Amino acid sequence: MKLSARLLCSALLLALAPFATQAQTLRVGLAEDPDVLDPSLARSFVGRVVFSALCDKLFDIDEKLAIQPQLATGYEWSADSKTLTLKLRQGVTFHDGEKFDAAAVKFNIERHKTMPGSNRRGELAPVASVDVVDTNTVKLNLAAPFSPLLAQLADRAGMMVSPKAAQAAGDKFGLKPVCSGPFKFVERVAQDRIVLERYPQYWNAAAIHFDKLVYTPIPDATVRLSNLKAGQLDFIERVASSDIAKLQSDKKLKTSRITEIGYQGITINIGKSEKAKQNPLGRDARVREAFELSLDRTGLAQVVMDKEATVGNQWVAPTNAYYAKNVPVPKRDIARAKQLLKEAGVPNPSFTLVAPTTSDAQRLALVVQAMTREAGFDVKIQAAEFATSLNMADKGDYEAYILAWSGRADPDGNLFSFHGCKQPLNYTGYCDAETDKLLNQSRELRDPAERKKVFDQIAARVMKERPVIYLYHRNWLWAYTARLSGVREIPDGLLRVTGLKLAS
Amino acid sequence: MFDFFIKRVATIVPTLVFVSMLIFGLQQLLPGDPAMILAGEDQDPTVVAYLRTKLHLDEPLPVRYAYWVGGVLRGDLGESVRSQEPVLHLVMQKLPVTVELALLAFVIALVIGIPAGVVSAVGRGTAWDYVANVFALWGISTPNFWLGILMIMLFSVQLGWLPASGYVSPFEELGANLAAMIMPAFVLGNAIAAVLMRHTRSAMLQVMSADYVRTARAKGLNERTVVLKHALRNALTPIITLGALELGTLLSGAVLTEQVFTIPGFGKLIVDSVFNRDYAVVQGVVLVTATAYIVLNLLADMAYFLVNPRLRS
Amino acid sequence: MSAVLPAPLATTAPTPAGPWRRAWRKLRRRRGALVGLAVVLAFVAMALFSPWIAPQDPIATSWSAIRQAPSAEHWFGTDEIGRDVFSRVIWGTRASLLAGVVSVTISLLLGVPIGLAAGFIGGWVDGIISRITDAFLACPFLILAIALAAFLGPSLTNAMIAIGVSATPIFVRLTRAQVINVKVEDFIEAARAVGNPPLRIALRHVLPNIAAPVVVQATLAIASAVIAEASLSFLGLGQQPPAPSWGSMLNTAKNFIDNAPWMAVWPGLSIFGLVLSFNLLGDGLRDALDPRQR
Repeated sequence: MKLSARLLCSALLLALAPFATQAQTLRVGLAEDPDVLDPSLARSFVGRVVFSALCDKLFDIDEKLAIQPQLATGYEWSADSKTLTLKLRQGVTFHDGEKFDAAAVKFNIERHKTMPGSNRRGELAPVASVDVVDTNTVKLNLAAPFSPLLAQLADRAGMMVSPKAAQAAGDKFGLKPVCSGPFKFVERVAQDRIVLERYPQYWNAAAIHFDKLVYTPIPDATVRLSNLKAGQLDFIERVASSDIAKLQSDKKLKTSRITEIGYQGITINIGKSEKAKQNPLGRDARVREAFELSLDRTGLAQVVMDKEATVGNQWVAPTNAYYAKNVPVPKRDIARAKQLLKEAGVPNPSFTLVAPTTSDAQRLALVVQAMTREAGFDVKIQAAEFATSLNMADKGDYEAYILAWSGRADPDGNLFSFHGCKQPLNYTGYCDAETDKLLNQSRELRDPAERKKVFDQIAARVMKERPVIYLYHRNWLWAYTARLSGVREIPDGLLRVTGLKLAS
Repeated sequence: MFDFFIKRVATIVPTLVFVSMLIFGLQQLLPGDPAMILAGEDQDPTVVAYLRTKLHLDEPLPVRYAYWVGGVLRGDLGESVRSQEPVLHLVMQKLPVTVELALLAFVIALVIGIPAGVVSAVGRGTAWDYVANVFALWGISTPNFWLGILMIMLFSVQLGWLPASGYVSPFEELGANLAAMIMPAFVLGNAIAAVLMRHTRSAMLQVMSADYVRTARAKGLNERTVVLKHALRNALTPIITLGALELGTLLSGAVLTEQVFTIPGFGKLIVDSVFNRDYAVVQGVVLVTATAYIVLNLLADMAYFLVNPRLRS
Repeated sequence: MSAVLPAPLATTAPTPAGPWRRAWRKLRRRRGALVGLAVVLAFVAMALFSPWIAPQDPIATSWSAIRQAPSAEHWFGTDEIGRDVFSRVIWGTRASLLAGVVSVTISLLLGVPIGLAAGFIGGWVDGIISRITDAFLACPFLILAIALAAFLGPSLTNAMIAIGVSATPIFVRLTRAQVINVKVEDFIEAARAVGNPPLRIALRHVLPNIAAPVVVQATLAIASAVIAEASLSFLGLGQQPPAPSWGSMLNTAKNFIDNAPWMAVWPGLSIFGLVLSFNLLGDGLRDALDPRQR
């Protein structure tokens, strides 16, 4: 009897042995469901989280926003800054086995520029043509110098997909993407999960310690956190600022806080439509200055974001190298605000502030309303769901609007589309010929010091008009199991999988 | 009876036509330009223009309606502009999930609601009545997402008995599937149980004082037979009506519950698509759920005949 | 024999009260219904007299008092931007009461007559009404409400209209089903035989008999209307901030359930209280309107 029992146990153990070294899966909780997984067509922030594991780019950025090699190992600008020569990594293959080479780079750049519905067209507009010099060298010829190009190539515009797969699938490529990242696509169930599995021939396979990656979109922050606490997820992004403090004392979890490269601000209609002239806020820069002076940014960061934000007054944070020190963050000054309003002849200006229905924006609106009341402002709040508010902004059918931007590595990405005349994201209607000249100049200069001088000038000009009142830069708040190590805190808010390890 | 059946089936077509016009029209009421919303963060003008052409947005309403209906009749429900997945594919993926959740919730509702209603009516005025009432009312005055979050915190985080999320197909692993579905089904079923309980109680009370019940009692039948065989049967009419309605509602998805429990059913898909102005998805999904609902109603109408013999005349 | 003579019979015959008057008399006798009525009236009073009852300004923010637990100064604690929850609950009575009652009233005023017409008249009128009602019912309620509210514009009034219109088909269907059931009853036949015009039959004979489930559904609908208003305000389509409503307070509170549970408890209990009292009242009404009950 005992012998057969022992035999049975050994048999069971032998049968189960292979399962002892289980495939390691990392389960990530996202705040939204990504849109289409095609680098050329993709338009959401959260899609980039998945791309960081799925699709390698020519370059990547590090914690200091410096350009790092990924698929391209080196670059060189020509003397006139109109040609960028890239040296490519050798021995890289796509998930379908195709070789990555200069021809593939040419194909991808052209695809980004010409595919119908491509969102990368504007990002790569200055690239006039691509030349294949040899299998590992490619030349990008620009119509005019464009220094933000490297930063663009460190994002979706630099993502490389397999030419063979892209040509075969046409515009349906996004349903089964084939890239060259550390993980390849397995399946996707809309609003349920995106499953990726390890690509064994990845050029940096040694740094990848998972066999499977599962992304689950869970829009509600409380539920997302509950899932992490219950052990169903290993990593979650965008923890609510009110929850993060308590997590510090939880021994089973670790947290990360990273200052974003974007911002939260109030966009004001100063010329987008007739509505600008009908309202004192839009008409008179003094009223806007009074409005800014009646705000206590530190108080805002404290109350709205539980201090999980860095106060700022420009499109880049004060800690950023390109921050214009000549336009510092103003302190709250109610007396001066009241005086300005008196000068402008409107002691009690009234306007409607449109606030999207996210919990942060709603809180922000309420606090702004209360703060500015002391100076005499009568702010009315209008809650609007995103689609409606976007439409209003585009038509100029608003007076003030709470709008955040996810941010781009190069300051040009936070600046040009917003303050250039008639640019797509210019909802304020700000249009100044000199500013446009400076913006173009900043794009053409390559030396960071020279660019900084131009940015300083732009800051001085734009901030005088105050089309956008920048409030603060939020922290990316992550929470993950304490068993996870190797988390790189990069300001774009995207989780990098290289070097991540999950202890068992 | 057969004639009635045929006539009712024939009404499915005009109803579906109305549904298609209604849901198509509703989308157009929504303010905002879908091309803009779908163009994403960067708002590239060429992308916006491309989307306007692709979605035929510059063409008059009847033309767009014709494009859509034409596609539907060919079996093509269009594709989601946001994720490019064919709507039919999305529907096929999510239909079994929503159906399972709806059925489970409905079963829970029946099992809790009808007996509670009977008990409450029969024991009217006693403690049972009040307990049942309070329980039922608590069920409908607590928003689904609330109960859901509380249940997750208790059963998943604190006790670790049930998973917080993660739908598994019942064909893959029935145990895991039920473990994931039991909480959302309870949350949904709870609210409907309340409705069923209130209506059962009300109908039972009405019926219990009817003449035929007095006759049955006078005949010497025991109370149980009186209640179940005579009273309940006649009280079923409004219950069936509401039951069919509620099941129909369940099919279009309990949005907030699905969101809280991360169940990949219709509800969440529809609401997200409304806010993303992903028209094709909303139209396609609603058309499918509407058809299911209409079929259910047909069955409910048939059930009236079984329950109330006088209608057969 | 010193027999006590019976008191003389009253010489005036008691006035024959109509079904509605009888109903009122019956209602007065039921305790549960009176409790319900009292609580409802209390809520109404709370709504009307909020400016005098609420101890603090419901929209006054205070940076130093964020998410504080209940204390002597703030009986129900404070919310995420330092407002007094107790005052907000009191002021929120208006929005929630309106959301619940006005929406359902709209549904009743639209739905019951249409349902009566459909059930009573029958034929092709019934056919058209039923098809259109079915079409409306086949669309998810929330989608209908969102579309209507978005179209009309974001405000509490428009949200009430949107919810009311979206809930109408349920009442149409319910009324119609009841009418069809009751149409074949003997007393209707009798009323018709006696020569009553259809409208009189509808109002005097049919309506009281079908009232029961409609009343029950109406009281239940008040609960869903209050919660629907919460969903709509969550989406920016209902009560606009900073004006409070219990539903939107619950919505905000769910983000802070871990660190400030009091933000949810009080609005939640208030909704429960309102729903409970309307249902008790509704029960009483249902019993009172049932002609078969004493």
